[in-house]
Amino acid sequence: MDFPYLTWIIFLPVAGAILIAFMPNLSDRLIRRMAAVFTFIPLVLSIFLFFSFDRSAGAAGAIQFEEKLSWIPTINAYYHLGVDGLSLPFVVLMAFLGFLVVLISWKIHLRPREYFAWLLLLEASILGVFSSLDLLLFFVFWEIEVIPMYFLISIWGTGRKEYSAIKYVIFTLFGSAMMLAGILSLYFATGSLSMVEMRGLDIPIAGIFFLLFIGFAIKLPVFPFHTWLPDAHTDAPTAVSVVLAGALLKMGGYGMIRICVTIFPQVALNYAPILVAFAVVTILYGAAVTLRQTDLKRLIAYSSISHMGYVLLGVFALTQVSLTGATLQMFSHGVITGLLFAVAGLVMHNSGERNLSKLGGLARQMPVIAIVFSIAGLGALGLPTTSGFAAEFLVFLGSFTSTIVAGIQVYTILAVLGIVVTAGYILWMLQRVFYGPVLEQFNGVVDADALEKVYMVTFIAVIMLVGIYPAILTDVIKLGVLPMVGG
Amino acid sequence: MNLELLLPELSLAFFAIVVIMVDLFIQRKGLLVWVSLAGLVVSAGFTLAMWGGHSQTIFNNTLAVDNFALFFKLLFLGIAALVILASVDYASKFAYFKGEYHALVLLSALGMMLMAATTDLISIYIAIELTSISLYILVGFLKDPKSTEASLKYLLLGAVASAILLYGMALIFGFTGKTQLGEIAQVLQAMSPQTLLASPGLVLGMVLLVAGFGFKIAAVPFHMWVPDVYEGAPTPITAYLSVASKAAGFAIILRVFYSAFGFPNWLSLDWGLIFAVLSAIGMTLGNVVAIPQTNIKRMLGYSSIAQAGYLMVGIAVVGLSPAADVIGRSSVLFFLASYALTNLGAFIAIIAISNKLDSDLIDDYSGMGRRAPLLALALTLCLISLIGMPPAAGFMAKFYIFSGAVQHGLLWLVVIAVINSVISAYYYLRVVKVMWLGQPVSEEKVPSSGALRLALSLSCLGVLLLGIVPGLVMRLAEIAASMFAF
Repeated sequence: MDFPYLTWIIFLPVAGAILIAFMPNLSDRLIRRMAAVFTFIPLVLSIFLFFSFDRSAGAAGAIQFEEKLSWIPTINAYYHLGVDGLSLPFVVLMAFLGFLVVLISWKIHLRPREYFAWLLLLEASILGVFSSLDLLLFFVFWEIEVIPMYFLISIWGTGRKEYSAIKYVIFTLFGSAMMLAGILSLYFATGSLSMVEMRGLDIPIAGIFFLLFIGFAIKLPVFPFHTWLPDAHTDAPTAVSVVLAGALLKMGGYGMIRICVTIFPQVALNYAPILVAFAVVTILYGAAVTLRQTDLKRLIAYSSISHMGYVLLGVFALTQVSLTGATLQMFSHGVITGLLFAVAGLVMHNSGERNLSKLGGLARQMPVIAIVFSIAGLGALGLPTTSGFAAEFLVFLGSFTSTIVAGIQVYTILAVLGIVVTAGYILWMLQRVFYGPVLEQFNGVVDADALEKVYMVTFIAVIMLVGIYPAILTDVIKLGVLPMVGG
Repeated sequence: MNLELLLPELSLAFFAIVVIMVDLFIQRKGLLVWVSLAGLVVSAGFTLAMWGGHSQTIFNNTLAVDNFALFFKLLFLGIAALVILASVDYASKFAYFKGEYHALVLLSALGMMLMAATTDLISIYIAIELTSISLYILVGFLKDPKSTEASLKYLLLGAVASAILLYGMALIFGFTGKTQLGEIAQVLQAMSPQTLLASPGLVLGMVLLVAGFGFKIAAVPFHMWVPDVYEGAPTPITAYLSVASKAAGFAIILRVFYSAFGFPNWLSLDWGLIFAVLSAIGMTLGNVVAIPQTNIKRMLGYSSIAQAGYLMVGIAVVGLSPAADVIGRSSVLFFLASYALTNLGAFIAIIAISNKLDSDLIDDYSGMGRRAPLLALALTLCLISLIGMPPAAGFMAKFYIFSGAVQHGLLWLVVIAVINSVISAYYYLRVVKVMWLGQPVSEEKVPSSGALRLALSLSCLGVLLLGIVPGLVMRLAEIAASMFAF
């Protein structure tokens, strides 16, 4: 076993969190810089992993950078980490977002010590979820993110923050409770907790599939389990919304592919028609409700629901192209919506206003923000050269050509209609916030400063890079997805 | 007569007497804590020396010294030590009776140690009485109206429960002719199902035993004493009750039901299901009624009713699993150890905070995150463990118990249990919310003695250790469960 990259990637933020929480006499500046350092190193390590990942055809399905130690022999649990083509993009995504949210949080002044400690712990747990190959370890990391989220939303949030925080916790814990029952049943059925060992088995028990699926469906979220999302996203502080939309939601989709589809392929095949229908409902309902929103952040939150519907469609169309598209959509949406929330946070902070009817003409007063927001919005509606287009195109291509569900072409066409609605609400939002007549009351508002420009440009660079050359990611993703679609 | 097998108990009794003597003759009361701790350490030393050996019995098979008993003895000694450390802050409230307080804690620990070791119905009753009487006095120690009322309530209800227990034991003796658990098991195995079900006295005896023991472990519907007694007792004793006397109750239930009623398989299925139903009701009632509570000790009282429900899942597993399968018993033992550390940690933090605030109301805990961050953090960790979330011990304990349940056909119970955990998150997090989000009424720090901080650190360390690397304690629980003397 060589250098344990994944352990370092996961536990450096933990070390950072402990230091920030307990070291005495830390100034605000030092706390921020420490947080930045402890998130930058995992980012560097994860990019290094990304580029040293073996992309040859023979590596299809192989786990790389694996670490395995015996953890609890009594219940056959191992400390088992590793990445394959499916999980590596998510590790990179979270490490990327983890560093950028520290930059986004640079101006936090209320209780910064606790804030950054919880933020780093959150990042560590999400990284752990994507790297775990043991079901107990996966579940432990999955649960650990709940408490930091509760604190982050309820202390540093806005609006009905305490309500939104406890709503998030209860929904998530309910999903986890079902997942736990499912994991225990799997352990009973197979005698092992290893996700790797279970790959070959085709477990026909639909009950276990659905116990696990409910947990992931609440996270993704799938209609009708989505009601926690608008509240949590809207009332969370900006950086937390970025992590929530950018990485936490992806845990649901990742779980669906890694556990539900991989371990229960037959059940997935049998129930794909219903699940694809739910996907289309999620897309269209999410998009329709988004049109009615008047709060900037709530609008973006509902748009996330709609975009995650494409992921569900791609997953249960069960072809290689559609699964690749679903994974790429998760990565792309993570970056795009991360940027949308970051910039929305800036607009709200600088102008002091979040209601769309009161905003207007800001392109004149904050040109840089306007441009960045527009590019992000175009990514959200899937304009070619943005990653959003590449991802959605793959999803639609994969599901249109899928032979799994009779009449899936109809579902695909309906999903494409979702794009039209998406274009509608995005462009309308941009027009209402930035374009249109200039308003007097915003004449003194500040545009983005140097640090903000840095992270905004970084986001855009990734969106464009993946949009113009999606193979940088799809080459990796398809290696992870290929073994699943044999069945 | 191999009296050296009784050395842990004898040494503890000796030290209890020494404590009283010291109190009589020496003015420096701080010495009492040291003497009590010394007694606990000596007794623990003797217990550890006996660990790992094969099972033996003494006094004509009425007391057993096996790994099961030794595990519990160590647990009770540890709990008693932490309680004594945590009571140092209460010293001013017990001004004239410190010697008696420490002696009674030691004596009740002695009683519990005997409860874990007994294998005969009569000695079970004696051990229960020794423990209970010491606890009745300890509950009333504060001498204010609430404490006295709590003590009286506990005494009266406890007496009723003991009477029911005795009646059940008498019925069993009447129908089997034996009081030693192993001999009862032999008699029952010789009977066919028809004979057994045809003697309603025997079945009634078992039910009455469930009722009598159920009082001890705060099982629904024998739980009515819990909120009032927990609220009125001095907080260290509440902690002691909630953890130690519950563990002792479970030790006895495991011992009696596994040894005596475990082997006719159809019989164990019956009582297994009874415990499963009691568990489901207990969890739900405990969690739901805890939601509107405003007093933190009452809330933790209802929470302990719910936690007893989770533990009873393990007992149900013992009933439904074949004799060779250890997971039911070892998961209950692990849960008890984890629950002991968790609840003690929570109560110790509450002792310090409530002492300063002079109030047990949850709303008064507002802003504790600012005034006493480490205490608040410790309490938060213990509450997270009670919810059953990683990386705290409570999660591993629940995972272990529920995995046993799933393996023996109790998936329905596991689903109820995990949904209950979600419900419980609501009221546990309410305390967390008040502490970290609320505004503090004043900026004064919360003082705590070194002893209390030591006890709190040990508990929290234990909670984290059992949550992250539980392998060692799980293995110990397995060893303790798989050795039984009949």
